[in-house]
Amino acid sequence: MAKDMSYAAVMARKNEIMVRALGINYSEFERSPLAFDYEGMMSKAAYSLDEIRRIQREVNVGNTPLIELKNITRLVRAISAPGKGARIFIKDEAANPSGSFKVRRASVSVYHAKMHGYKGVIPATSGNYGAAVASQAAARGLKCIVIQEVFDSRGVGQPEILEKGRACEAYGAEVVQLTVGPELFYMTLRLLEETGFFNASLYTPFGIAGIETLGYELAEQVKEREGRFPDVVVVTHAGGGNVTGTARGLRKVGATETKVIGASVDLSGLHMASDIDFNRKSFTTGHTGFGVPFATWPDRADVPRNAARPLRYLDRYVLTTQGEVFYTTELLATLEGLERGPAGNTSLAAAIAIARELDKDQIVVVQETEYTGAGKHPTAQLTFARENGVEIRRGDPRENVPGKAIVIPEHPAQMHVTDFPLEKMRESLIKNAIQHAGVTTVSADDVRFLMDETRADEEFVRRKLAELGVSVK
Amino acid sequence: MTAEIQIAKQGDYVQIMDVILPAGGRAPSVPSETAKVPYVLRQKGFLLNEQARVGERVRIRTVIGREVEGELVAINPPYQHTFGRPVPELLHVGEEAWRIIEEAERRG
Repeated sequence: MAKDMSYAAVMARKNEIMVRALGINYSEFERSPLAFDYEGMMSKAAYSLDEIRRIQREVNVGNTPLIELKNITRLVRAISAPGKGARIFIKDEAANPSGSFKVRRASVSVYHAKMHGYKGVIPATSGNYGAAVASQAAARGLKCIVIQEVFDSRGVGQPEILEKGRACEAYGAEVVQLTVGPELFYMTLRLLEETGFFNASLYTPFGIAGIETLGYELAEQVKEREGRFPDVVVVTHAGGGNVTGTARGLRKVGATETKVIGASVDLSGLHMASDIDFNRKSFTTGHTGFGVPFATWPDRADVPRNAARPLRYLDRYVLTTQGEVFYTTELLATLEGLERGPAGNTSLAAAIAIARELDKDQIVVVQETEYTGAGKHPTAQLTFARENGVEIRRGDPRENVPGKAIVIPEHPAQMHVTDFPLEKMRESLIKNAIQHAGVTTVSADDVRFLMDETRADEEFVRRKLAELGVSVK
Repeated sequence: MTAEIQIAKQGDYVQIMDVILPAGGRAPSVPSETAKVPYVLRQKGFLLNEQARVGERVRIRTVIGREVEGELVAINPPYQHTFGRPVPELLHVGEEAWRIIEEAERRG
């Protein structure tokens, strides 16, 4: 008898499909309906930092150059108060196989799949991660299916995603292109069930542990050159893996004083599952449409427990605008001779605004670049935006309206970041955790778990629980 | 280009499309504008039918060897994404930035 492939029927088989496709028994880490052993999951299910460095060396991943952006620093100082304008360095992750830091995540997932006898791997992603998994699958001799959200209902595709699909094909992967919708997860389950392939989710302990080497390396490189760790690392934040993995790597190398700042492009007001809004956005990643929901409820991901938990690590979360990121991409090309991005330059755009406020002798590291190409380039993305009715003009980037107007700064002094209050995010995380656990009473261990989840003190967690009518026994 | 119907032969690299979920059968959470359109797949592979016209229902074998069924939409379609047009709003950014640096450093 043929299996029922309706949406509801496939979703109902989610757990059995996941267990087979991941080989991780998540239930062994659960401590209560609310809490689970995060560090236990990371150490038991993933690999040690040394093992990951070996796995990555085997396939030429990592050890990317750290470049000082001397001319961008000169520009920042030209518009800063005397004594201000920190030095900006960038980790040239575009130098990795497949052209982005995402291959660090993919390298561990694909290695693990190979070691456990899976014949192939499946990532569901419209981002650089698809090409990263496809590239690693090629290097390790596995099959790969990349599932992408590409088109609106008219069949019009985002140029940035079309390019990423082409790259996946170049690495020998099968590419499944879909229209807009959260049913991407449903389709992933169907294909995992059909093929028995490994679920190369972005959010497994493997995917996150693979990024720890990035934080580790950049801190080591700065220390070697400057005799100390960086003051600030700025990380483009979307699903939370980049922040989590980088911050964990910084802690492992001993850079505990280094501040971790997450940066996203502000796309507030655009609905991520909307057939109409889909092609109104000029960024397909690194934006608030992922950044806020994933930080405040990580377990919305395609695995039972998300290993990316950015609120455990963020010191600050800032927003920039699409226009400022395109402007920054142009600065990187014309002042430094580096044609990269654009989405990966979200953190650089934020870093320019942040460096102005810091002292001259401080060091800011932007921890990624990404490859650029047809479709995935300011000219391609802004041409597409114009064709979709988005206004593009020079002006004050504060006038940026997601989906309506992309405002390219007229002067670098107009570059700014808006702080997204972490306290508000901590509050929503606690609320979401209680709601999903469906509890009205929690234990002292649950309180400790929520403190770790939010990096908040006990008083804050207890106060928020009381506001939600939850008692502590 | 002529308007004649294209015919694909067995082994040709083609693109198919298929409705995965009909309008009305979509995830409960989608906004209304998305709920009223079907969830559609497009993918490429080698034609298994002896021959087929665009618009016909066919089977393909993908590059990794999986068999998939759908409506034939194109024979070896080109990559359509490009670099677009140069963006006038960005063309002066580099020159402006260099001027700001030089003026600031001249003032000291």
